[in-house]
Amino acid sequence: MNEKVIYVKNLVKKFGNFTANDNLSFEVFEGEIFGFLGANGAGKTTALRILSGLSKPTSGEVNVAGYDAYKQAEMIKRNIGYMCQKFSLYEDLTVKENIILYGGIYGMSKSLIRERLTNLLEKLHFQKDENRMISDLPLGLRQKLAFSVAVLHEPKIVFLDEPTGGVDPITRRQFWETIYETASRGITVFVTTHYMDEAEYCDRISIMNEGKIVALDTPEKLKKQYDAASVEEVFIKIARP
Amino acid sequence: MKRFLGFVKKEFQHIFRDYRTLFILFGIPAAQILIFGYAVSTDIKNAGVAVLDLSHDEITLKLTDKIFSSGFFKKTENLLNYEDIDKVFKKGKTKAVIVYEDDFGKKLISEGKASLSIISDGSEPNTATLITNYTTSIVNDFSVELAGPGLKNTIRISPEVKMLYNPSLKSHFMFVPGVITLILILICALMTSVTITREKEFGTMEVLLVSPLRPIQIILGKVMPYFFLSFVNVLLILLLSWLVFGLPVKGSIFLLLAECMLYILMSLTLGILISTVSKTMQQAIFISLIGLMLPTILLSGFIFPIENMPKIYDYVSSILPPRYFIVIIKNIMIKGTGFIYIWKETLILIVMTLVFIGLSVRKFKIRLE
Repeated sequence: MNEKVIYVKNLVKKFGNFTANDNLSFEVFEGEIFGFLGANGAGKTTALRILSGLSKPTSGEVNVAGYDAYKQAEMIKRNIGYMCQKFSLYEDLTVKENIILYGGIYGMSKSLIRERLTNLLEKLHFQKDENRMISDLPLGLRQKLAFSVAVLHEPKIVFLDEPTGGVDPITRRQFWETIYETASRGITVFVTTHYMDEAEYCDRISIMNEGKIVALDTPEKLKKQYDAASVEEVFIKIARP
Repeated sequence: MKRFLGFVKKEFQHIFRDYRTLFILFGIPAAQILIFGYAVSTDIKNAGVAVLDLSHDEITLKLTDKIFSSGFFKKTENLLNYEDIDKVFKKGKTKAVIVYEDDFGKKLISEGKASLSIISDGSEPNTATLITNYTTSIVNDFSVELAGPGLKNTIRISPEVKMLYNPSLKSHFMFVPGVITLILILICALMTSVTITREKEFGTMEVLLVSPLRPIQIILGKVMPYFFLSFVNVLLILLLSWLVFGLPVKGSIFLLLAECMLYILMSLTLGILISTVSKTMQQAIFISLIGLMLPTILLSGFIFPIENMPKIYDYVSSILPPRYFIVIIKNIMIKGTGFIYIWKETLILIVMTLVFIGLSVRKFKIRLE
């Protein structure tokens, strides 16, 4: 087995009397694409915020990229990438300026940013457009670019919070190709999504319901276990027993 | 530090690329200074005044001459008796009538006393008050000129204290400091609250929070560019009010600029506080504009003197930062007083700034939890 990059044991997060995360335990390995599923309000966002160093757990062990979530949130932040559903690039900045900005925020040197910028533009066949405003780009391209920026500093893990919300199926498909490519470089991809077809693309998925993880395995095994044709069916069987 | 500089650079790029921001930042203040300075002028020029001279002697003629040569008034009519007063007001052009009693000159010389009444049109209370004040001041001047040693207090009208620091009664002197106070707090609070809520709305704030940038760096990075630009703004406004209205800075210019910096900083931190409680840009704009503009105009002593307000408004006004800055800026610009007279107000502004910073950092952290 590969190295563990996320280790969560008995994680509990309470807001007053409300338990948002109830005794979560799971592990995510290097280079894995891990799908984090659940209905709205199931506690996904809370867990994601804890894993990305934005919020502290109430109790339990949480270790991300080798750092402890209680004491080393700053180190966690340096070693992860993040992309959210709402678009994470600045529309009034050019492609190049966005990349330089995020590179700078993650403490990369000028020459390194320059090098990665060139590689990135080449890979996206985008050399001519480095000075175009983000607002001029089509949505699919923006999304790919946002993802590439999120992994620009080569983090150990990249968190994607419903990255394909409101995108057409073809663009989603293309986006997932980028995700595969990134995972093959050894970057762990931790993705939350509403789209059950996307869940099929993940190496493993976990399904949350009312603050608890109720299922965690590969899509194939889950389908077998629940005697379902698709992850969607699994999800429905779990959410409405 | 490098992370931080990159972030600040990005803020400048946002500002310079958005002509609307630039317009709000520089266009509106200039426009407001000019509009308030000119249109809301309470000066009097060529106000119609009629004279009822029942004495008609050398002294009354001289005094009448002096009054009309001031340029504030235009003589509409010479009246012959009291009945005419009502008629002349009804015609509308006359705003006040000056009445000399019988034997004005004689009484003045023999008894050292003579009376003169100024009857003004109370349906326009502001103009009426101003005309009365202007005339009184001219009459006082005249009596001083005329007064030999035996003729003190010849005409008993007490001088208005209000004119002490504004002898030519220019209303710009009253308005410009008020306008500076108003627009600085509006623009600064508006700018910072909008720039932060914009990041929230577009979702980039999430990304910034997850990044290794610290919350304090994000806040400072937001404040710094606007601090710099607002300071440039202050210089422009002062230059404008000097060139257009001839408004001098009697006190120390360095003290004035330092106080302005403090006030800008206070307003910017207030903007951050607003942004932490508002979810959308609209909300932020609403709170900054409506929530700050009306209280500042009505309650800060900008137009209406605080001393004349009911006690309850006085208390409300005491939590408004502009109230203190108006005192500071008027003192420095118009009276030319030094720090010793305004340290209390300065201290209050400093405390307010610290409170705003403290509250915003706390709110910011709660959001992170």
